[in-house]
Order: sequence, then C-alpha cells, then structure tokens
Amino acid sequence: MSARTTLRAFPTLLRVGFAEAVAYRAEMLIWVLSTTMPLVNMVLWMAVSREAPVGRFGEADFISYFLATFAVRQLATSWAAWLINWEVKQGTLAMRLLRPISPLWAYAVESIAAFPMRLMVAVPVILLSVALVGQKAVPQHAWQWGFVVLAVIGGWAVAFLANVAIGALCFFLESSQKVLEVWLVLFFVCSGYMYPVELLPPTLRTIIDWLPFRYQIGVPVEMLTGAYGWEESLRLLAAQWAWVAVLGVLAAVTWKQGVRRFAAFGG
Amino acid sequence: MKVKRYLRLLGIQLKASGLLSLQYRADFFTEGLTSLFWTFTALAPLFVVYSERPNIEGWSFGEALLVVGWFTLLQGILEGAINPSLTGVVEHIRKGTLDFVLLKPADAQFLVSTQRFQPWRAFNVLTGIGLFAYAFTLLGRWPSVTGLLASVLLLGTSTLLLYSLWILTVSAAFFVVRVDNLTYLFTSIFDFARWPSSVFQGVGRGALTMVFTYVIPLALMTTFPAQAMLGRLPPQSLVGAVVGAGLFAWGSRQVWLRSIRRYTSASS
Repeated sequence: MSARTTLRAFPTLLRVGFAEAVAYRAEMLIWVLSTTMPLVNMVLWMAVSREAPVGRFGEADFISYFLATFAVRQLATSWAAWLINWEVKQGTLAMRLLRPISPLWAYAVESIAAFPMRLMVAVPVILLSVALVGQKAVPQHAWQWGFVVLAVIGGWAVAFLANVAIGALCFFLESSQKVLEVWLVLFFVCSGYMYPVELLPPTLRTIIDWLPFRYQIGVPVEMLTGAYGWEESLRLLAAQWAWVAVLGVLAAVTWKQGVRRFAAFGG
Repeated sequence: MKVKRYLRLLGIQLKASGLLSLQYRADFFTEGLTSLFWTFTALAPLFVVYSERPNIEGWSFGEALLVVGWFTLLQGILEGAINPSLTGVVEHIRKGTLDFVLLKPADAQFLVSTQRFQPWRAFNVLTGIGLFAYAFTLLGRWPSVTGLLASVLLLGTSTLLLYSLWILTVSAAFFVVRVDNLTYLFTSIFDFARWPSSVFQGVGRGALTMVFTYVIPLALMTTFPAQAMLGRLPPQSLVGAVVGAGLFAWGSRQVWLRSIRRYTSASS
C-alpha cells in the first residue's frame, strides 16, 4: 500500500468513478432533485424579508444565499458513511481490502470523480442566481473566486472525512446509521443550510463557530456570495482547514482501529 | 362479500407486520428519539424566523406550529404505513418479483399497499399531537368542536392525497427502473408542506401557491387542516378538499392500472 501504487492507481480510479457517475446520471438527477430543502427555506425567508430586510439580508440576498446553498450542497457532499456501513454489512468490503490501495482513497476518488457531473448542476444554479439577482450574487474579485474554490474543496473534505469517521464507527457498533442521523440533524441546524448562521443569537453563533458543521456549507456559501473582506475570509478558511486536519486524523485513526475488527461474513 | 374478504386480508397483513415489529422492540425508543430529533430540525428555521418577526404572511408562531404539527403527523403516517410497502413495490419491479403479486387473486394495488407497516414509525403521530397541544397553549385557546371535526375529516383527505401521490410516484417506477431513491424525491417534495402555503404567495406571482394547491396538493395536506383547527377554513374549501382528494385518488388509480398493463416482467 505504498504511496507510489496509490498515485499510480489514481487516474484509473478517477476514470472508473467518472464512468460510474455518467452511467447513473438519472439516479444522480433524482438525488439532486431531492435536495430541495434550500428552496423551501428560501421561500420562507423571502416571505419574511418582503416587508423589511433581516440583518443585512433583503429578498435578493436570500435568493442568492439559498441558491448558492443549493449549488454548494451538490459539491460539498459525501455519502461515504452510508456506503461503508453497507459494505461492512454485506461483507463486500473484503473485496476492497484485497486491493493494493486503501479503500479510503477509493471512496475519496469515487466522490471526486462525480464532480464534473455535479458541476453541471451547480453552475447553472449559480448562473440563475446571477440572472435573478445580478452581479452582486457572486464575488467581484479574482482572489475571492480563488477562496471560493478553496472553501468548496474544504467543505467537501469536511463532509467526506466526517463521513469516514462516522462510517468507521460501524466496526465497533455494528451499524453507525443512527450516529450518522445525529450528525445530519446537527448539520441541518448548525451549518447555515436552513438559515444564514449570522441570523442566530451571538452565543449560539460562537458555539457554531467552534463546530465543524458550518465549514461544510455555510462558509463556502458565504464566500460564494462574497460576504467577507480579505481578512475575515482568510480567518474562516484557516478555521475550515484546521477542521479538515482534525477530522482527517480522526478518520484515519478510527478507520485503522476499526478495520482490524472487521471479519467479513460470507464475503 | 368482497369487502369482507379484503378486510380479512388487511387483518392478516397487519398482523404479520405487527409481529415483525414486535421482534424489534428497541426500535420503539430509537424511532421515538429520531422522530423528536427530526421534528426539532423542522422547527429550527421557524424559531429563527419568528425571532425576527411576530407575524409572517398572516401566521403567528403558534399558528405556524400547527402546520408543522400536521406535517409531522402526516410524516408519521407516510413513514409508518405508506412508505414501507411502496418501497417494496420498487424493489419488486427491479427484481421482477412483482409477477407473484400480480398473479394473486386479489387487487394488486391493495396487495402492494398493505404488504408492510412499521408501527414504531407512527411515533411521529404522537409528536405531531404534542405539537398541537403546545401550539394551542401558546395561542391561549382551544379549537372549536366543529373545527376539530373538520380537521379530522381533513386528516382523512390528506392521507388519501398522500397515498395517491405515492401511487403516482411508484407508477413512475414502471417507466424508469433504477429508482431506489424515489422515496427521497418524494419526501423532498413533501418538504414544501412544512410551511403555511401563503408563504409561497410572493414567488412567481402566486404561481407556486397554485401549483401546491391544485397540481401537487400540498396546501390541502397541512395548511387546510391547520386552518380548520383555527376555525378559519371557509366551508367551500373543505368541500373542495374532499372532492379534490377523491378526484386525485381516482386519477392515480387510473394511472396505476395503466402502468400495470404496461409492465413486462423482468424475467420474460
């Protein structure tokens, strides 16, 4: 499982992953359509802001915020926890373990390979946002766009690594679906997915700043809507990547400890 | 005679899934906990919204809570009684085992709709009722008897609508086979029923409200019953809901029959 074999396998894995994403495009479309939550909430917040703006958010700001949320959710997402649970239960993980490359890399590459397809959904949504709201829906400066890319990748990494860590818990708990559910609930409440985190009372905001959830969706969305100046953006990115590092270690450790306990039944 | 036979059949199917769920008694608690969890996420945006404004599109916090209550209650019915068996249909279609169902000497729609229940999921119904109680304490009054009766009647029509929508979704599974996640698509459409339908008025000059009242009748499912409880549902809306639900159920039945006819088993 040397670094060299892993690197050599990358292009092939990417190609396979991409082919899979293309093959299951109808299924992916259904997944995309099933993430309508931001739109539901967009409508609610538009109704609220019709009379007077909420904080710095007017009706147009809510439109661009939630459309950005919809787009970012397509990219910064991962279902690795679900997949790991399923493969452990089915015993098919044994097949992956036989390959000369860590399953974690395989999961990651599969997820990354779907990016081109996912961009085909995300980009039109952003363009729609520009069409509805105008130029101010997206960042004005080139450096801000650079930060958007970094923040989206960071958001994906947070989602993926947390998923791996939770998924690996199934080696100890038989099934970690319930843990995943708890994570999802906290994600919905704390990530800025249902409302901009800014609108919460200050104490709650401080707590959320210290939790990983906001860095998956909220921060990339705020970058994409050009909410911050140079310094604040840099601070948020640093916090996001710090979480990526922490979750990375956590994922690697739980996976390594867990896989030792793995005994494939019928695999 | 026929009705009696179907009732007996229903009894048998209910008993089977009842016994199955008694095997997993711990589920009672986990389902309860997760249902409370999800209700909280559904409420989170409302808490944030209403900390900004006391009134949104003519709905106060307590009143909007009633809509969420109905949403939760219907979710319980959906996940406990409708989802499990119809997820089974999708599975049947994919594996080609639907043939066995179609060959049985009873109505196929009846058989597939009653094949499995998950009683513990009905915990959401309790959560919904809890929300009603809380909402009315906030409002400082209780619903009138006629209001309550109307809302019970609407519970029937809402369930019928939900079920018919599901049949339509499943009929789609005959045309596009790889649709394991149709359930998610369906629940996400149902998500729009979370808020009072008047919230959607401002979008596209009321086009969305029209869609959610007449095309996908989500407004009828949660907003109407909540209005009935508050005693402000006009009688003609009540009649409209009953007639509409009946027509919708009839339509979905026709679509189902047509799809069944089009079904070619996977093995042949």
